[in-house]
Amino acid sequence: MGEFLPPDFFARMHLTPEEWQALRLSLTVSLRAVSVSLPLAAFVALLLARGRFPGRTLLDAVVHLPLVVPPVVTGWLLLLVFGLRGPIGAPLAEWFGIRLAFTAEGAALATGVMTFPLIVRAIRLSLDGLDRGLEDAAATLGATRLDRFLTVTLPLMAPGLLSGAVVAFAAGLGEFGAVITFASNIPGETQTLPLAIYSATQIPGGEAVAARLATISFTLAILGLLASDLLSRWLARRLGRG
Amino acid sequence: MLEVALRHRFPGPAGFTLEAAFTAPAPGVTVLFGASGSGKSSILAAVAGLLRPQEGRIALCGTTLTDTAAGRFLPPEARRCAVVFQEGRLFPHRSVEGNLRYGLRRAPRGADGPGFEEVVGLLGLGPLLARRPGRLSGGEKQRVALGRALLSRPALLLLDEPLAALDTPRRAEILPFLETLRDTARLPMLYVTHAMEEADRLADILVLLQGGRVQAAGPLEALTARTDLPLLAARRDAGVVLRCDVTGTERGLARLAFPGGTLLAPLADATPGRHVRLRVRARDVVVARGATPALSTDNALPALLQSIEAAGEHECFLRLEIGPSILLARVTREAVQRLGLNPGETVTALVNAVGGERG
Repeated sequence: MGEFLPPDFFARMHLTPEEWQALRLSLTVSLRAVSVSLPLAAFVALLLARGRFPGRTLLDAVVHLPLVVPPVVTGWLLLLVFGLRGPIGAPLAEWFGIRLAFTAEGAALATGVMTFPLIVRAIRLSLDGLDRGLEDAAATLGATRLDRFLTVTLPLMAPGLLSGAVVAFAAGLGEFGAVITFASNIPGETQTLPLAIYSATQIPGGEAVAARLATISFTLAILGLLASDLLSRWLARRLGRG
Repeated sequence: MLEVALRHRFPGPAGFTLEAAFTAPAPGVTVLFGASGSGKSSILAAVAGLLRPQEGRIALCGTTLTDTAAGRFLPPEARRCAVVFQEGRLFPHRSVEGNLRYGLRRAPRGADGPGFEEVVGLLGLGPLLARRPGRLSGGEKQRVALGRALLSRPALLLLDEPLAALDTPRRAEILPFLETLRDTARLPMLYVTHAMEEADRLADILVLLQGGRVQAAGPLEALTARTDLPLLAARRDAGVVLRCDVTGTERGLARLAFPGGTLLAPLADATPGRHVRLRVRARDVVVARGATPALSTDNALPALLQSIEAAGEHECFLRLEIGPSILLARVTREAVQRLGLNPGETVTALVNAVGGERG
């Protein structure tokens, strides 16, 4: 290791309180984003996989937009809609006193919007592989619609839900463009890991900080992928497909 | 009684129209028999409530399940029509026991039927209870599927080619369970198959389907004795199914009594009192006039020649009356002329029971 990294690499890995704060903020922002968008993404995935309604293609496109539009544009659109004078942002602030732009909650919203298509895709994948004949079989055994959903559909969707959530969480930790545009780069409020890394690279002598934070980002990403893989294998075994 | 009358047009270039009506007794086993694409599985789906026909009425023992004219459609979960599907459709995320209890837990309160232990014992599922469906063989899966359906305490059991995905030994493993079920439970069954052997062994009533229409429906013996149904009469194994009782053994052969006579045939299990169904193939029956010489068959039965019915260019069926039973013999027209056979004559029917299908 010493050949690739400076000799005092691990000694320098001690994080300053500010850096800890960025890490903690990243984790909470991403967690909030995923926990809010997961049920919504499941609903949208079910709607897209099974619903037959006008505008289905449009909904599909809108959901996937954040994957293809530059993140900065997504952030700017959020600012237009959820900003203090936006069509949703204004009433939110006026009636409920909720401010989203330039806050940690706003960072979570931006992260959630950006990772939404990832979760929807993962859930749809598991829905496409789901044999609808199993739901029919449950119906003939006396299970009502809700009963079928809870006892057959949902458990069989679980691999998609879990892997989608884990991947979205890992990706959410690194969300940059939409967050900085919509929530800005306020240390302790909206300065997540990638934003902190960016700031560090902007100041002379900040390379060590950037390297430390980058290592953490990297580790978290790898752990996320590993966890997703392990989870889906474990579930596949539980579902008898392994 | 199950009453079915429906009309349903499937969209698409194939443009298949189902137009079928029949009634089936309850209890009893009604077999829907036909080639694939004859509409038999669609009828079953309509009875289960998984297919909503464009027009029609389905009623089970006085309960209307579907009535398009009255705008009534009972959802599948309220019909109490359990289905055993061809591919089992076991829940992969539940153990065998979890699958079995799924239906039991949702069975209507007060509905009687076999208990958990009883079904597990009947189908030999004890050693499988903790297993996941993914780890079961095809035959085991179908046994679990059958148990799960029975435990939901259905008013009607629907079986959609339950043995079609299995090889012959596995089929032979499950058929006896179905026979036991027919003979012990007073549970009406609607059984879809394209395998004659399953129809022979299980059917009380046979419904022949072709191109979405009912060609004929009636008791198995009566239908197999008809020569005007190509679905049956054109088969190589065309012949009458006789219901027999084993009355004993004679020189190593089982003595089988049927209404009007007895036959000797080799039988694996010749326990006296056992009921068996014997398919006497028309090509295994020959007729003789006058005294018969020494023969390789023991089965010489006096018969009344009822009619002679054409079967293709060179052959014909002889309809033979033996007491209340009917046998068919398939012979050449040349033989009919040579023997000068005429309806109303008494002949001797010689039955070679070696190759007859038994069940």
